[in-house]
Amino acid sequence: MIAIVDYGMGNLGSIANMLNKIGCANKITSDLAEIDRAEKLILPGVGSYAQAMKNLNDMNVIPLLQSKGANNIPILGICLGMQLLASHSEEGHVPGLNLIPGNVVKFVLPNTLKVPHMGWNTIKYKEDCELFQGFENLEEVRYYFVHSYHFQPELSEYQIASANYEMDFTCGVQKGNVYGVQFHPEKSHSFGMKLLQNFSQL
Amino acid sequence: MLRARTIPILLLRNKGLVKTVQFGKSKYIGDPINAVKLFNDKEVDELVFLDIDASKEGKKPDFEYIQSIASECFMPLGYGGGISTMNDIATLFSLGVEKVILNSNVLTDLNLIKEASSIYGNQSIVVSVDVQKNLFGKYQLYSHSRIKHKQTDLFQFVKDAEMAGAGEIIVNSVDRDGMMNGYDLKLIQQLSDTLTVPLVIAGGAGNLNHLREAIDAGASAAAAGSLFIYHGPHKAVLINYPTYKELKDIFQNR
Repeated sequence: MIAIVDYGMGNLGSIANMLNKIGCANKITSDLAEIDRAEKLILPGVGSYAQAMKNLNDMNVIPLLQSKGANNIPILGICLGMQLLASHSEEGHVPGLNLIPGNVVKFVLPNTLKVPHMGWNTIKYKEDCELFQGFENLEEVRYYFVHSYHFQPELSEYQIASANYEMDFTCGVQKGNVYGVQFHPEKSHSFGMKLLQNFSQL
Repeated sequence: MLRARTIPILLLRNKGLVKTVQFGKSKYIGDPINAVKLFNDKEVDELVFLDIDASKEGKKPDFEYIQSIASECFMPLGYGGGISTMNDIATLFSLGVEKVILNSNVLTDLNLIKEASSIYGNQSIVVSVDVQKNLFGKYQLYSHSRIKHKQTDLFQFVKDAEMAGAGEIIVNSVDRDGMMNGYDLKLIQQLSDTLTVPLVIAGGAGNLNHLREAIDAGASAAAAGSLFIYHGPHKAVLINYPTYKELKDIFQNR
């Protein structure tokens, strides 16, 4: 069973909808015992970084998430959930979960480009990464993005995917069994379905 | 490379899909959920559903039905119609809606935008504005309801909505709705000069070139109803959407 961690932020319904579609048992929960029992965790999230860390802290779930990461339980952070895996964010200047060392920084772009980076973008991905299996025959792999900040991993080896918006930026990270993607697999048709399927089969 | 978005806007009336012309008489098109499934297969960029009766009749969103739509939407989903409280907004997000669309018709003040965007982030709160030219050719907010705005100037209103926290503005051009003869490009240019958040334009698309014109005029996304619902000169109902390659070709470097 995959637990979708509910800390009061983000669109959890759509992640559950897609997991249901691919026949993957899941539960939206904020119950610590349930999160503790789950085989895998998804950390979703949309909204402000500081508020998210505050909510996680209020739930008292931070040590649990950190110990799950240390114990090799597969975790997938999505969008803000990916950014929360970092050590620190410029947004509100607060520490993150520190599961994947790195910083979250705001896009610095020429005026002609809108922030947030919103819409469908193609990605480059590490071909041997478990999340991106089954895409060999596709000319392009694309995902739906909405974000104003991006993850800068401390070591380039943590990067598993990148995209371009005037500049190349990291849109997928991994350290051990902890994964994060900046885009929304749950809203990215077959590309996202495949990715979530790959995660569920880890 | 980020590609300009192309968004079907689907109108709901009594759990059915309809299409209007110039916001007037509506024609029944078919079953919304069936349409969603077809748009899934076509890997559409995004979908917007607007309940065109809810606000007019003072009804709440049909949450149960929206849930059945959302559970089939594997693309970003926006919903508008009948939303007037923070509770409505919270419920919609829990059902799997990404973008909550607040219509200018129900916004007596901008506090709902402010409050919702501070909690859910600007990108999730969209304001939609229906626009009509008045007798003097000036763009004004179109209102079907009894609520009269203090502010009727379109450009001031969208600026205020953006300041309040709207992350995206959908503008429906009433005069062009269902006409399929092209977008109001002048309107797009003036709006994109006014706004810094993405502009989604609707009203008038009749072919793929129109979509490109909208993006070139400054819109971030081109939305359409008839174009993706009708086929051929006799407007036979046929859910359709350009292929990925067609979109790439028409939006080269856009």
